Amino acid sequence: MSGSGIRDDDVGHGRDGSPLSPVQAARRRWLVVLARASLAELEVIRGTIDGIIGDQMTPHVLRQPEIGMAMLRGRMGGTGQVFNFSEITLTRCTLQLADGRLGCAYMTGRRKNEARLAALIDALLQDPEHGETLIALTIDPLAAEQAERARRLVARSVPTKVEFFTLVRGENPA
Amino acid sequence: MYVAVKGGERAIAAAHRLLADERRGDPSVPELSIAQIEQQMSLAVDRVMSEGALYDRELAALAIKQARGDLVEAIFLLRAYRTTLPRLGHTLPIDTGRMAVRRRISATFKDVPGGQILGPTFDYTHRLLDFTLAAEEQATPQPPQPPTGDAEPITSMPRVTDIMTAEGILAPETDSSEGNSIADLTREPLAFPADRDARLQALARADEGFLLGLGYSTQRGYGRSHPFAGEVRMGAVAVEIQPEELPFPIEIGDVELTECQMINQYKGSAETLPQFTRGYGLAFGQGERKAMAMALVDRALRAAELGESADSPAQDAEFVLYHCDNLEASGFVQHLKLPHYVDFQAELGTLRALRAARREAAE
Repeated sequence: MSGSGIRDDDVGHGRDGSPLSPVQAARRRWLVVLARASLAELEVIRGTIDGIIGDQMTPHVLRQPEIGMAMLRGRMGGTGQVFNFSEITLTRCTLQLADGRLGCAYMTGRRKNEARLAALIDALLQDPEHGETLIALTIDPLAAEQAERARRLVARSVPTKVEFFTLVRGENPA
Repeated sequence: MYVAVKGGERAIAAAHRLLADERRGDPSVPELSIAQIEQQMSLAVDRVMSEGALYDRELAALAIKQARGDLVEAIFLLRAYRTTLPRLGHTLPIDTGRMAVRRRISATFKDVPGGQILGPTFDYTHRLLDFTLAAEEQATPQPPQPPTGDAEPITSMPRVTDIMTAEGILAPETDSSEGNSIADLTREPLAFPADRDARLQALARADEGFLLGLGYSTQRGYGRSHPFAGEVRMGAVAVEIQPEELPFPIEIGDVELTECQMINQYKGSAETLPQFTRGYGLAFGQGERKAMAMALVDRALRAAELGESADSPAQDAEFVLYHCDNLEASGFVQHLKLPHYVDFQAELGTLRALRAARREAAE
């Protein structure tokens, strides 16, 4: 379901359609969570990471946070041929840590501060030593929170579901 | 006669200052915030995003404020702003089958799997002015209580059209666009005959009122196709892109969309059994009227493809697509306000000569 990030059964696929390695699947999952995070949530994650791995190297920003658009594509009838529907604003950023790890961020909207932070977090989460701990402390709870938020939004409409009742007609068997 | 067209700079500057003042209105009334417009005028924001062809709620709300609520002007502002942004790529095709559905109705099947979810709709309201909204202090509205605990969640919402397609009674929509180039009106102007991809892009940004009138005309007999609202669904859909530096695509956020699947009268041939045909509408936010009108016009414009005679306005692609954009239409209509002094002098000279000639002949 949208807004709730990646489903448990969704391992994801690469450009060429091949299934992702566990490392790639983990990174894909946190990139998706970070893309939907607020600035405050990203700052909390940054703080948690700082607390665990201490002083960080100053990243080298390869691509400053940049605002642009993507052409949003749809399908005729929802399942058919692709057409260009309309555009959407997005922000991206790419940076590199001194040890060569690359971090990137892509998110909808015009959110330069968020993109820079998310790119840094992406690079830091690739930490070979602390990566798993960091993910458990930062991404896992936020992913659960995002899923709950999406569930609550959809649940608001549940009471508006129509419960039809049919009057029993004379010719119907009792 | 030479007519001066220079001058007026001071008048223009003063008009702009006056406009800003009128926009603000009575200063004793609190000023609207962008957040207020975004939250409480959300359907206006949806319309400006659809016809402005850019999904960004905050920018659309700003445009509405700047345009004093003139939505066509706001659409103009948004379209102008988008020209300043670089195009960073395109998304993967959105999957409306995975929509987090907040409203979903079908007028073709009562007991559709997933159910009829009314959501936040004006339908079934009495359309009586609610004077409690005019009161200064109002109680916060109480939404209906969502089910708690293990109550049935809305998880699976199969498309009505997929169910009908599986049964063979509705023409399928399949992806045969692999490798084909996809029309993009932001890069290439319209050319005729326009394929359905170009038509749908034009209709997606088209003026709601224009499409509504055309869609209505098809119902009244001008290109009759006997439509049913097979399904209307509204909710959030994930936006996915393939970044250049990653070996896999990622979701980068969500868009709120309304999709309309119109099911229309059938078509068969010597080779195929008769099937219902379809029209498709898609709009940002809760743009339900727009999505429905778009689906009607999409179906009407498929006349030639479906072997129907095309003699009604809604079936005429050149007529529809050349006149559906309110930015172009508004620009050309309103340019009539610009000085035409020289043109008009020429017309006036001709008219006076004609009148003089007629008088002379009469004498």
